[in-house]
Amino acid sequence: MYENFVGNVSGKIKNTVERGLVKRFAESIGDAHPIFIDEEFGKLSRFGNNIAPPTFPRIFDSGSIEGLKLPEKGLIHGEQKYHYTRPLLVGEEIYCWIEVKDYYEKKGSNGLMGFLAVKRYGEDADGNIVFTEEAVTIITEAVRKAMNV
Amino acid sequence: MKTLAGLHKDEQLAVTLAPVSRMDLIKYSGASGDFNPIHTVDVEATKAGLPGIIAHGMWTMGNLAKLFTPYYEEGFIEDYEIRFAGMVFIDDVITLQATVAEEEIEGVYFHVIATNQKDKTVIQGKVKFRKYA
Repeated sequence: MYENFVGNVSGKIKNTVERGLVKRFAESIGDAHPIFIDEEFGKLSRFGNNIAPPTFPRIFDSGSIEGLKLPEKGLIHGEQKYHYTRPLLVGEEIYCWIEVKDYYEKKGSNGLMGFLAVKRYGEDADGNIVFTEEAVTIITEAVRKAMNV
Repeated sequence: MKTLAGLHKDEQLAVTLAPVSRMDLIKYSGASGDFNPIHTVDVEATKAGLPGIIAHGMWTMGNLAKLFTPYYEEGFIEDYEIRFAGMVFIDDVITLQATVAEEEIEGVYFHVIATNQKDKTVIQGKVKFRKYA
């Protein structure tokens, strides 16, 4: 079903690491450290700025892969992997895109499970990769049947 | 506070969170933009065959990273890799732990895990904390 999408890439989308969103995100994971949310504290830090928590890219818009539709319900998040070259800085612009890395099926206790691996890239305004994020989503047989795919 | 570089093999960072509340998950839905209703609406969780609403896996993964936040002047999380192993329900008491697996000149490798009050693993994985030169 999803095999045909492997290798497909979305267009790049510009995102801003917005101060207000970083604050809200840090608070929502119980990590309201001043390095994320206190402007003066950030200025005095080694970054001269505030930074964002490592799982913050969750909120970035990375565009979409043409024709690729996932069920709205019943997905299981299997794995998540981040790689950083440096922390994200509050206020900077990050260009994001996604690539379908892999799709395979495995027999499991709930029938034939589909595993979709998608990698997201984030680069700064100078074209340097700041982070990558790899997610494996599990699609159960019941869900695929309901979608008719 | 001890520096991360001062930690040795098998030494640990750990914290136990307050019981998970619905408001925690409502806030995370809003902050992350993940509004899948199985995390906030009982009837949707039940329809999905779950005994109740469950936390976003990324909520737990996000929480765990805070073990490393106080050390931001020393380095940063270069690699953070998690496998979601079990569900987190309302009122669960989650303990987050990071244990030094290996020390190198450029960084420290940790095994990380989150467990519930029954000592069942909910997420586990690895962190490489990269030290600034």
